[in-house]
Amino acid sequence: MNVAVAKTGGGRAVSDLFASAEGRLSGSPDVIAARREAFESYERLGLPHRRIEEWKYTDLRALVGEVLPLAAAPDAAALKRASDAVKAHAIEGARKLVLVDGVFAAELSDVKALASEVSLMTLREALQKDAGVLKTVSTDAVIALNAALATDGVVLSIADGAQLSAPVQIVHVATAASVSVFTRSQVKVGKGARATIIESFVAAGAKTYQVNDAVIIAVADDADVAHIRLMDDAPDAVNITSQFVTVGANTKLNFFNMTSGAAVSRLQGFITLAGEGSELSINGVNLLQKTEHGDTTLVVDHAVPNCVSREIFRAVIDDRAHSVFQGRIIVRPDAQKTDGKMMTRALLLSDEAEADNKPELEIFADDVSCGHGATAGALDDTLLFYLKARGLPEKQAQALLIQAFVGEAIEQIADDGLREHVIGMAERWLERRS
Amino acid sequence: MPAVQETVERVKRIDVDQYRYGFETLIESDKAPKGLSEETVKFISEKKNEPAWMLQWRLEAYRRWLTMTEPTWARVDYPKIDFQDLYYYAAPKPKKTISSLDEIDPEILKTYEKLGIPLREVAMLEGVEPKPGEEDPARRKIAVDAVFDSVSVATTFKAELKKAGVIFMPISEAIREHPELVQKYLGSVVPTSDNFYATLNSAVFSDGSFVYVPPGVRCPMELSTYFRINERNTGQFERTLIIADKGAYVSYLEGCTAPQRDENQLHAAVVELVAHDDAEIKYSTVQNWYPGNAEGKGGIYNFVTKRGDCRGNNSKISWTQVETGSAITWKYPSCILRGDNSRGEFYSIAISNGYQQVDSGTKMIHLGKNTTSRIISKGIAAGKSQNTYRGLVTAHRKATGARNFTACDSLLIGDKCGAHTVPYIEAKNSSATFEHEATTSKISEDVLFYCIQRGLSQEEAVGLVVNGFVKDVLQQLPMEFAVEAQKLISISLEGSVG
Repeated sequence: MNVAVAKTGGGRAVSDLFASAEGRLSGSPDVIAARREAFESYERLGLPHRRIEEWKYTDLRALVGEVLPLAAAPDAAALKRASDAVKAHAIEGARKLVLVDGVFAAELSDVKALASEVSLMTLREALQKDAGVLKTVSTDAVIALNAALATDGVVLSIADGAQLSAPVQIVHVATAASVSVFTRSQVKVGKGARATIIESFVAAGAKTYQVNDAVIIAVADDADVAHIRLMDDAPDAVNITSQFVTVGANTKLNFFNMTSGAAVSRLQGFITLAGEGSELSINGVNLLQKTEHGDTTLVVDHAVPNCVSREIFRAVIDDRAHSVFQGRIIVRPDAQKTDGKMMTRALLLSDEAEADNKPELEIFADDVSCGHGATAGALDDTLLFYLKARGLPEKQAQALLIQAFVGEAIEQIADDGLREHVIGMAERWLERRS
Repeated sequence: MPAVQETVERVKRIDVDQYRYGFETLIESDKAPKGLSEETVKFISEKKNEPAWMLQWRLEAYRRWLTMTEPTWARVDYPKIDFQDLYYYAAPKPKKTISSLDEIDPEILKTYEKLGIPLREVAMLEGVEPKPGEEDPARRKIAVDAVFDSVSVATTFKAELKKAGVIFMPISEAIREHPELVQKYLGSVVPTSDNFYATLNSAVFSDGSFVYVPPGVRCPMELSTYFRINERNTGQFERTLIIADKGAYVSYLEGCTAPQRDENQLHAAVVELVAHDDAEIKYSTVQNWYPGNAEGKGGIYNFVTKRGDCRGNNSKISWTQVETGSAITWKYPSCILRGDNSRGEFYSIAISNGYQQVDSGTKMIHLGKNTTSRIISKGIAAGKSQNTYRGLVTAHRKATGARNFTACDSLLIGDKCGAHTVPYIEAKNSSATFEHEATTSKISEDVLFYCIQRGLSQEEAVGLVVNGFVKDVLQQLPMEFAVEAQKLISISLEGSVG
């Protein structure tokens, strides 16, 4: 791949950005060295573009062009706006950890309530000790850029056997326009622990901004984790999120992602099944309209035998929006008895909508049962006719069918309250549409 | 020690090195000097007595090739090819103009005999000679345009085809005899700038087949060409061009076997198909080139560009392939569905054993309205091989009503092999309906147990299951090939179990 030659003016601007932001990116000497190294790696690569296979359908050079200047730490007014936004997007019972423009806001967070059940640090605090959180196995440019510029985040550790009494909600709030926000968080779930982690991305008045988030999740053996990500950024925003998930033995992980905002978004998840007997359920819904571009890229790596993975994805694409789904299931040579299934479906509501699907199987073990399915198409005319014949107006009939379509993925959320919350988000999106 | 002895015997038995067609014919050949330069291109063109425009075309391709780099995206791994260390042209030295088969070098005829290919079609056709009153008797005849190394040495049935108005001849002859057709269509589906190997082929292609079926004509017989790579270190660069004019139908069969070699041989063919309004082309391939020995040494590098253009409305192009040979296969027979209501089909069996690497699939590019396509791909990986399906299905804005159905199934035999599926599915308008499914599994123990319990050996049981697995594709092959293909499948999987 001819990556080295790819460098644009956009790269220059970032170069200045790093120099000017360096003062804010404090940490121990090895943290500074790690950041510099990550930045140099980004400088070599530049923003990903379509000649890089993993980014074939999401050409950030064309879609984003340049990285905006780093957001300043929020002032009192910003925190006020953020506080309102957090309330508006609150999930009942959840304990919040709020990041405003890439800075942890203790005053908006439920630090005290959480302190009894989890051990909590901010990324800034963690980086005073060592650079571990900044290191991931990846050659991806946006991840390198995140390591170089991540200003803050939360570093959570859930003890062995802990049973969290309430979900932990990490809320990312954007209050400033024309800036970029870099956050990086880490969640460690101990052996036999049970937890629900929610991540929300919301805007508080800001319109154009760029989010680059990275999350590193390590789940130990015998754990049971529900992980929900709700991305509802401003319509002109950019959201690039990278997740690294490692799953231990006999663990259950249920992940759900909802994309219902941002002009350009990409969720790239790298999930490794590192312990036998685990069950993985990864699901998601992309709701896209206008000229939105929503990309979900997942790599599920079966590194050990006897694991089950299930993926259900739905994309609803209206107007001139563009949905991308890239899902890869890797089965390593020793991962016998792997059972991996992936289903992705795209619903095109407009003649100018586009759906690109790339489901991949990469299999090196023989005693496996793996499969994937992919479909793309419009709403079924006969179903629409049926509903219209019973007196429903066109839009309402469509809405009903769309709800049923995305319902198959939303159903996978085990918690009733959270599922209702997500259904509510989908309904609001449908209302915006009509 | 008997145990050791047994092991040795067993290893010998499962050795993939038992390549049935691994022999070499010693014939004096007329070679271009080693390496590639404008001189080589000129040499080839001169040898072929080509008109000036053809040389120009080749040179342009050559110059373009110099600026290109080898593609690296496929999941195949091989040492870098030294393009200056190859011969680009080798032809059996012509004794004189050949008027009948008797004059052909008996060595060459013997080679074909060993392959079981009836160049003297009499022997074979006696068996299939149509009885009076049988339906469509001409369908059962096969015209063989045998390619020995780079030059077609004999063409049979010319007369009968001529009567129907079908032009079927080596492309080198067509360039001289039908320049207007060749100029019009050559490079119109796979342009000289298409990709690294296609461009290389455009510069140095030595020979291949040319078929033109005039409007409304149903080609009276299956057309068949047997390719064979013989000269050591000779890259073979065939160029095939098939045109079905309005309402025409042609079925073309291509079969390949090559003798055993230690050094890798490069093969970069280009096949172009053009189907006009209401025309149909059926292109079938059985590929059984030398896959390399048990250590993965030697074997053919098969880098092929095959593309069909459904140029007219209601046209249809169907690719069927049985790929069992070659050390490396890099091949994506594609259909450009340009005409409204046109249809593309791709049926494939790709079997890899030993150290073979297969990266194959298809592209269905929907441009016209109400175009349909169907992809059935069966990959079987055994031994230490890697088998990848890579496909693209795309419907453009204006391709309203486009439909595709894709099913790719992979079967794994043994725990050292890999099967991969990389489909790209791009829907750019809402009336396109795409369905894709892929599965990967091994042969179920229950099924094997059932067969073995009824007295089949393990190998027979696997053979039975595999033949059932690939049945959908085998059915698409012309009858003459289906038998050969079925045999090939069992040979290819020999030693994969036990």
